[in-house]
Amino acid sequence: MRRFRLAVAQIAPVLGDVEKNLALHEKGVREAISQSVNLLVFPELSLTGYFLKDQVPSVALTAEAPTLDALRRLSHRVAMVVGFVEEAPGHRFHNTAAYLEGGEVRHIHRKVYLPTYGIFDEQRYLAAGGRIRAFDTALGRMAILICEDLWHPATAGIAAWDGAELILCPSASPGRGLGQTEPFQNTGTWERVIRAYGDLFTCFVVYANRVGYEDGACFWGGSEVVGPTGASLAKARYLEEDLLVVDVDAGALRRARVANPLLRDERLDLNLRELQRVIRAQGGTPELAGDGPGG
Amino acid sequence: MHDLRLDCNTVRRILTGFIDNEVRKAGFERVIVGLSGGVDSALSAFLAAEALGPQNVCAILMPYRTSNPESVEHARLVVNTLGIHSLTVDITPMVDAYFTSFPDADHVRRGNKMARERMTILFDHSARLGGLVLGTSNKTELLLGYGTLYGDMASAINPLGDLYKTQVRQLARHVKVPTVIVEKQPSADLWAGQTDEAELGFTYEEVDRVLCLLVDQRYEVADLIAEGLDEKFVRAVYLKIQASQYKRRLPVIAKVSSRTIDRDFRYPRDWGR
Repeated sequence: MRRFRLAVAQIAPVLGDVEKNLALHEKGVREAISQSVNLLVFPELSLTGYFLKDQVPSVALTAEAPTLDALRRLSHRVAMVVGFVEEAPGHRFHNTAAYLEGGEVRHIHRKVYLPTYGIFDEQRYLAAGGRIRAFDTALGRMAILICEDLWHPATAGIAAWDGAELILCPSASPGRGLGQTEPFQNTGTWERVIRAYGDLFTCFVVYANRVGYEDGACFWGGSEVVGPTGASLAKARYLEEDLLVVDVDAGALRRARVANPLLRDERLDLNLRELQRVIRAQGGTPELAGDGPGG
Repeated sequence: MHDLRLDCNTVRRILTGFIDNEVRKAGFERVIVGLSGGVDSALSAFLAAEALGPQNVCAILMPYRTSNPESVEHARLVVNTLGIHSLTVDITPMVDAYFTSFPDADHVRRGNKMARERMTILFDHSARLGGLVLGTSNKTELLLGYGTLYGDMASAINPLGDLYKTQVRQLARHVKVPTVIVEKQPSADLWAGQTDEAELGFTYEEVDRVLCLLVDQRYEVADLIAEGLDEKFVRAVYLKIQASQYKRRLPVIAKVSSRTIDRDFRYPRDWGR
């Protein structure tokens, strides 16, 4: 990776209104360009809002949709990650984040863990993605993991073992449980998780959360960029819109990996064998299916 | 094992943000709130005045002839402290006119009628003034079903519905609701001398502890009994929650079509907002 300027657009998307959200994105992109940002990360489902329920098919787009043209054009000037409901072949709807760079969609990640418990109902409306991939960009090697994906530590491990120098995590986290020091109990969990991942996977972790309210649920913001020693490099405000800008330094990544060669020492073959054993013991099969072409 | 303490600064921000956001999203600027003189409606009014400005909060005082005079006094204290608009509508003529046909009605029927009469006045002024009716029911009374369906439970938005009564008191102190209101015995004031705790048979501190464990922390009744809580009390609380479930849901619809409201026709309340 090279040294570059990263930003998180901590916005409050309008529920179910792609047009208004596109305008919100263009505003954020222009502000980022004025601050010489190289990569701008938007939250989960930034173009649609989160608690869509039966609106899912009505707001869905394909990754090639003309709706994204304006953002594709702007990606000549600043790379960006945007979230939307993707209509994939077979009319499967995914919670997707796309990496736009140089006028094209370079990569898409379809959320692999769809929370369906408590306040969440994603599996009712959405299909799960079946791939976790690091990918190369002009700025470095990255992986995208969406919100709940990151609450399953193997996803972050796979991303790092696949060479990701930055894990980008678009999120739409509704506050739950009253916190004593942070706004909510789950705020504290998120902060511990991303700092631990930065530390243990010796990579940058970019947590891009949203703000605003949907049906009384409050998205708490507090987006954060964590460095490869687990230190918090920058933190956005809680509960308010913000543009979090931070310079990330390739040297910091190198120094962290020299000091803590954890990735070098990772025993992937051992992990794989043991996972296969666990799967067999649970009566499953190690040949896990993906979600089809492009999944 | 349970913790009902609030980080009041944060909760205040979240709730004022909620009021501001939900009111404006619905295309309004103001709210209508029925002030009873109690701590719940006082806190709702304080939060709304902070969120929308006092000029955008209209309080309606709706005493009945048997209401404790202290209730109206305390409601006026809230109005004057906040500098919000207010209006008094005496509900005695309409309530009494109705019960001349049913003179034998007991105090529960009379209390429910009063609560529903007040609801119709609030929603009428909602249309008159172009504002949303602000709810004042707290989580304790919603869970216990200690409220009148389509009466005091009716509102457009409710900032207090996820706060237990003891938490309402904490936040009320924090936002400086007058102490006399925060510290008095809670009462629905539907008949002379009524107090919530005498009617319910336990204190809010006692019941909030059990509710928090059962609802928020997902203890089973058996777990709480094993932990040494009073079995009769825990079972009584659980039964109240169960028995009042209907009050927290829309009326049940007989399903015949392929897509039934709230079963398989599911849109967010903020749909198109």
